Amino acid sequence: MTTPNQKKDFTRAPEFRLLIIAIAVFAFMAVLSPDRFLSPQNLTSMAFQFPEFAILALAMTITMMTGGIDLSVVGVSNLSAVIAAIILTQFADPTMAAGQSLMWLGLAMVAALCIGAIAGLINGSLIAFFGLPPILATLGSGLVFTGFAIAMTGGSAVMGFPEAAAWIGNERLLGIPVPLIVFAVLAFGLHLLLTRTAFGLRVTMFGANPLAALYAAVDINRMLLKVYVIAGMLASVAGLVIMSRANSAKADYGSSYLLLAVLIAVLGGVNPYGGYGRVVGVVLAVLSMQFLSSGLNMLQVSNFARELIWGALLIFVMVINTNGLAVFRAALSKPTKSS
Amino acid sequence: MSDVSPDAFIDLAGITKRYAGVTALDGVDFTVNHGEAVCLAGENGSGKSTLIKIISGVEQATEGTIRIGGDAQPVLNPRISAAAGVMVIFQDFSLFPNLTIYENIAFSTQLTGGKRLFERGKARKVAQEALDRVGVKIDLDARVEDLPVAHKQLVAICRALASKARLIIMDEPTTALTEKEVSALLGIIRRLKEDGVAVIFVSHKLAEVLEVSEKVVVLRNGKKVAEGPASEFDTKSLTRHMTGRDVAEARPSPVIADAQTLMSVRDLSKDGSFDNINFELMSGEVLGITGLLGSGRTSLAKALFGLIAPDQGTITVDGNPVPIGDPVAASHARIGYVPEDRLTEGLFLSQSIVRNVAIGRLDEHTSSAGFLNMGGLVAEAADWLKRLKVKAPDIEAPVQSLSGGNQQRVALARWLSRTPRVLILNGPSVGVDVGSKADIHDIIRELANEGIGIIVISDDLPELLATCHRILVMREGKITDELAGGVATEEKLAHSLAS
Amino acid sequence: MSSLFSKDFWTRNETLVAGVIVLFCIIATLSDPQFLSVTTLSDLLRASIVIGILAVGAMLVLVSGGIDVSFTAIAVFAMYSASVLALAIWPDMPWPLIFAISICVGAALGAINGVFIAVFGLPTLIVTLGTLSMFRGFLLTFIGSQRISALPPEMRDFSRGVIARGTTEAGSFYSFPWALVALIAVILLTWFILHKTMLGRSIYAIGGSLESARRLGINVKGTQFFVYVYVGALAGLAGIIHGSVGRMADPFSLVGLELSVIAAVVLGGARLIGGYGTLTGTLLGVALIVIVQNSLIVVGIPTTWQSVTIGLLILIGTGVPAYRAKRAAARAG
Repeated sequence: MTTPNQKKDFTRAPEFRLLIIAIAVFAFMAVLSPDRFLSPQNLTSMAFQFPEFAILALAMTITMMTGGIDLSVVGVSNLSAVIAAIILTQFADPTMAAGQSLMWLGLAMVAALCIGAIAGLINGSLIAFFGLPPILATLGSGLVFTGFAIAMTGGSAVMGFPEAAAWIGNERLLGIPVPLIVFAVLAFGLHLLLTRTAFGLRVTMFGANPLAALYAAVDINRMLLKVYVIAGMLASVAGLVIMSRANSAKADYGSSYLLLAVLIAVLGGVNPYGGYGRVVGVVLAVLSMQFLSSGLNMLQVSNFARELIWGALLIFVMVINTNGLAVFRAALSKPTKSS
Repeated sequence: MSDVSPDAFIDLAGITKRYAGVTALDGVDFTVNHGEAVCLAGENGSGKSTLIKIISGVEQATEGTIRIGGDAQPVLNPRISAAAGVMVIFQDFSLFPNLTIYENIAFSTQLTGGKRLFERGKARKVAQEALDRVGVKIDLDARVEDLPVAHKQLVAICRALASKARLIIMDEPTTALTEKEVSALLGIIRRLKEDGVAVIFVSHKLAEVLEVSEKVVVLRNGKKVAEGPASEFDTKSLTRHMTGRDVAEARPSPVIADAQTLMSVRDLSKDGSFDNINFELMSGEVLGITGLLGSGRTSLAKALFGLIAPDQGTITVDGNPVPIGDPVAASHARIGYVPEDRLTEGLFLSQSIVRNVAIGRLDEHTSSAGFLNMGGLVAEAADWLKRLKVKAPDIEAPVQSLSGGNQQRVALARWLSRTPRVLILNGPSVGVDVGSKADIHDIIRELANEGIGIIVISDDLPELLATCHRILVMREGKITDELAGGVATEEKLAHSLAS
Repeated sequence: MSSLFSKDFWTRNETLVAGVIVLFCIIATLSDPQFLSVTTLSDLLRASIVIGILAVGAMLVLVSGGIDVSFTAIAVFAMYSASVLALAIWPDMPWPLIFAISICVGAALGAINGVFIAVFGLPTLIVTLGTLSMFRGFLLTFIGSQRISALPPEMRDFSRGVIARGTTEAGSFYSFPWALVALIAVILLTWFILHKTMLGRSIYAIGGSLESARRLGINVKGTQFFVYVYVGALAGLAGIIHGSVGRMADPFSLVGLELSVIAAVVLGGARLIGGYGTLTGTLLGVALIVIVQNSLIVVGIPTTWQSVTIGLLILIGTGVPAYRAKRAAARAG
């Protein structure tokens, strides 16, 4: 139960625990391997690595805020990337003048974003108008989106882009990696959207109690459509970053990112049943994960150990956040107690 | 009355229960004899649910002794209590919607039998016997989710019987039943009593079950304030004991003579819910709509707010038609709706008090750039909370930390901040303590004086009389009677409801 | 079991899925008369064994009101570690013992899920998402990440054993492996548990209403714990069959299949809210997914469209009942 007398205290928020975890992981890695972990190369390579799945985690976050989920994010990002890649390879070629290829790049990006928006509109309609549970609607639609990407490419990678296409994923602006800038802008934008706009407040309130939102005359269908369109467009941005970094597009890129995105969102304190979630928590979760995996990389720990640690971290944080330990202790001391 | 007679099935003496500083029960004596029906009456928070929890072993008394069938029970837990034959039928019946009737009835007998295998044939037999005992014919293989409420209740009763119930405790047994179903239930209760099964009715509305009861016990603030033969009580005396005062509330001031028509409803019909509803609501008028559960009153209220799309008919506010079946359009037409079930429909329990109010006014506080003006939003919400005298230590605290009465005021504040023309209040004082109830009635009268048209949907007759200028009575989806608030009395209203 | 033609027969998911399968077979036979043969049947059955066993487990979890995405990781973990163990200590270990080890490892991993879900009360999706990562990470880090094709000879012997084999008149080869018996045994055992034991009825009861189950005195934690252990054991069995039949212990296989398996179960009528799900429906759902995965080409749809087809099937198969329920709720008010 809540204790209204207690002053609001940042140190009690789940995000604070995440901050501690992120700092602890960073410090731990820095101490263990100061020359390599803190080296500029490592720091920049980290900054290039995480934005693509971090953006997917943002997409997951907004859908989870409503008590939903978007299992189609990877499908959407690959389909968007494939469409963009097809435009780039069909109409632009590496020998083209810079201005012209930039124009095609712009067009390809717009097309990718449109795909994301349409995919989101489909997901939102299935959920809002047809009443499908989000988990099934997006599971099914995700297969369809991936399927279209496979059907269009025959399952092979699309490559051979003009040079400009590599810019988004590999270049720097004022010394900062472009993917990091993209992620920072999107994260800040989503933070503003969720906390400073009517839409964001409605999303949170709907997630807390959908029925009460109906009785409060919230336009639920419109809100859900918007949520899934935003998720779809975020996914397509992630797709473009992946495409640019890989310098190719393929229907099955980033397949491990789906569960990773869910994991990060939950680790970041987003309530999977809706009603609570903060972008800052998700960002801290992303950073913790990245510090951890880079650090382990430095320490010659296998890539697979990362997965083990991620999973353990997720469950550890859940146990703390839900006071699972207290429940456990109570269960031990009073075996016959019924709630 | 609390002397231990040999007939006593259960006897509680001097029961006190304290929770962290709060005394929920204070030295209560309570006896139920074999085959006796007892009404346990009290407002919310009177301690009646605590008493039931103690009898069923869910909670342990801080002080006092409990005897079941003559044996002292120093430590009562749910298992001992159930083994002794105490069965509670909760308001939600605690059934498994996905299982068949016979499984629901026989589940606990199979469970307590300690068997590992599920004996289908035996389960069916047990279920059939229980159904025969109450004299009801229903298909054993039907799924519970497909049953009407009254049948679900019967299944719950049969389950209790199948578990060899000696005492059945029924929590608010009649609220969800139609009049016909109530009389069928009473017939079943009589049969059970002849079999020696005792019954406790727990309710804040007991008039309906008085006729099959032997005894009435009234709790207030954790103390037993009245006990006696059921024949000595009527609705009025029960209310007096429960509330501790004579309910002589103010009557509404009359509607001004040249009031304009605010809302008009024409030929509104919805198959299976309500039929050919016509009425008009004047500016400044409080219109009551009452009827038994299942009479269509709640469906009608929802239809007025667009939560249900009627099959035909029109709703106009200030002469402008309101698109039907769309709550967003209804709210744009400045119709407000405060639902009956605050906890699931009315409020966002985990969210802050201020957000619960502000959700209604987000668009008005959005700048042209699309951002919320947080300061203005919070200030306005805080202002409404103050005007409605919401007692909250911190408006940023979750709304679930408030008492029922304060929660209801938060729900009201949300709609009032939108300056509605028509406000529909479904069960405005359900689950609210007596003091807050009177305050809410004051608020309703004040709002009417400001010119808002108010529709009060309720089955609480004193409430209707205290607030309404006019009362429409619904039966089986139709408006069957219209009473002027000024001349209506509780007797007249009760008669009109039941006839 | 309710009678075959109960009144909701025509609106059940099972009927819908069976209809689609029959329709598919008719079209397939019209376009290729060879389709309706014992060879096709044996191919499809062989492809159904592993998915079928996994789906039965996934169904049980859905019925209990949870969701499990870790069972593929458990299957691979159990299969690979049992194979490695056998090779290390006793390469000639008889296959029943290898199978038993795999099943026990699976059950132990399932018990870990069970502890977090039943004892700590954490949300099932999150727990199994976490353990999916953990099991897979542990396997690949500490046990091995190399494919092993030199499996213990007994495992190969198991995969060679057939109930029946032969050649059709048209000259195509067919065989029904012993592994099929495992699927049938799993189905019978699960049917027995679900319908004939109090434990099974308790699983349905918990899925139907957790609160009611608690009030009635059902051992909720014990039942939940059993469900995850049983599902783990089934995954261990499915994993070792997958390894034996494929004649390779591949630590990267199976994971990624979990959502398709859940999709098959949901197509068969199990509901995410818990309390609903039948073996018949689950097997029909598996059959449909397997047919689409293997025989799409026969009806003239290129294999590259397989994923689109399965996705559309899920959307239609779950969308139609969902839309019907939404309409019904709107009508009832």
